[in-house]
Amino acid sequence: MAGPLLDRRDAVEGLLRDRGDLLVVSGLGSATYDCAAVDDDPRNFYLWGAMGGTAAVALGLALAQPSRPVLALTGDGDMLMGMGTLATIGASSPQNLSVVVLDNEVYGETGAQPTATAHGVDLVSVARGCGMEAVEDIRDMNAVGTLAGRMQRCEGPLFANIKIDTREYPRVLPARDGAYLRSRFREAVLGTSP
Amino acid sequence: MSDTVLRTDAAEFGWPDALYDVLVRQHVRQVAYVPDAGHSRLIERCADNPDMVSTVLTTEEEGVALLAGAWLGGDRGVLLMQSSGVGNCINMFTLIENCRLPLVTLVTMRGEWGEFNPWQAQMGQATPDILTRMGIQVHCVDEPGDAAPTLDAAIRQSYDGMLPSAVLLSQRLIGRKAFNEEG
Repeated sequence: MAGPLLDRRDAVEGLLRDRGDLLVVSGLGSATYDCAAVDDDPRNFYLWGAMGGTAAVALGLALAQPSRPVLALTGDGDMLMGMGTLATIGASSPQNLSVVVLDNEVYGETGAQPTATAHGVDLVSVARGCGMEAVEDIRDMNAVGTLAGRMQRCEGPLFANIKIDTREYPRVLPARDGAYLRSRFREAVLGTSP
Repeated sequence: MSDTVLRTDAAEFGWPDALYDVLVRQHVRQVAYVPDAGHSRLIERCADNPDMVSTVLTTEEEGVALLAGAWLGGDRGVLLMQSSGVGNCINMFTLIENCRLPLVTLVTMRGEWGEFNPWQAQMGQATPDILTRMGIQVHCVDEPGDAAPTLDAAIRQSYDGMLPSAVLLSQRLIGRKAFNEEG
């Protein structure tokens, strides 16, 4: 791909800085580690499995909480597995939902095997075809900041693909007990947990 | 219950409307579905309710994830699908036990009770075992009068008792799908 590649932690920092009421669902692997490293907030719901489900979890959350911005932050492998969800989101069209893919064109957890995006598959075109508000390639931190602003203003459903380098950071592993994560999320968001 | 051809007259038996009434009474707000003929009346009723959010899925596993997010945001939901869709959900079902989430799904059964299409048989036969293995309690409904009370119990035990539940609407209840030369 042409153009400079962004640093994944810088990009996530740019999205989560001044997060306000933002609710985040992160996809398994590096997206979850990035969120935990940048801002381990109880309003992050970290997935450690359920591959392909990040955008769908975020969609259900966005429909339940229409007045708050909701971000699905995930990698290209997870997004490719759940690509049909872009159609579901386009048809449902919640303005408060943003899907942001950190695209390093490899399956980072399993030995850096190339994903379909390494072979020219363009997720932005897919999202546009599904009726989402597709943001053109994000190539610098100014564009990340603009994206964060649109996300906060709920100008969606937004889709953005950020081409990132394959640099591997030390993993920052958040809690992986799902029952704990869901209780702390609900307590922070709803003030309640069964 | 002697009639085993396709029942396009489910409304006459009243059970789809009774299921809808349970959803309303139990404050179910999000309805996610991959369509099935047996769910058509219920899908219509839910779509007509401005207080409900209906989402048509591209695959059933999306519904498991979507309803997980819905509950994280404070909404109750229900997933409508056909038994063949249960197979599509298996890995996504791990969300339920790992995160101790509620789940209510209404499954219209194929592959039983006079099934015509052999391609439906295997998933239909495997559906109760798969759900049970994934930690979801199975309730079977054969009689029209049992549909609403069973759904009511499933919602209560899922959202109050944290016992994820599937209600299987049998092909005997829904009516065997009739195929003929005319389609």
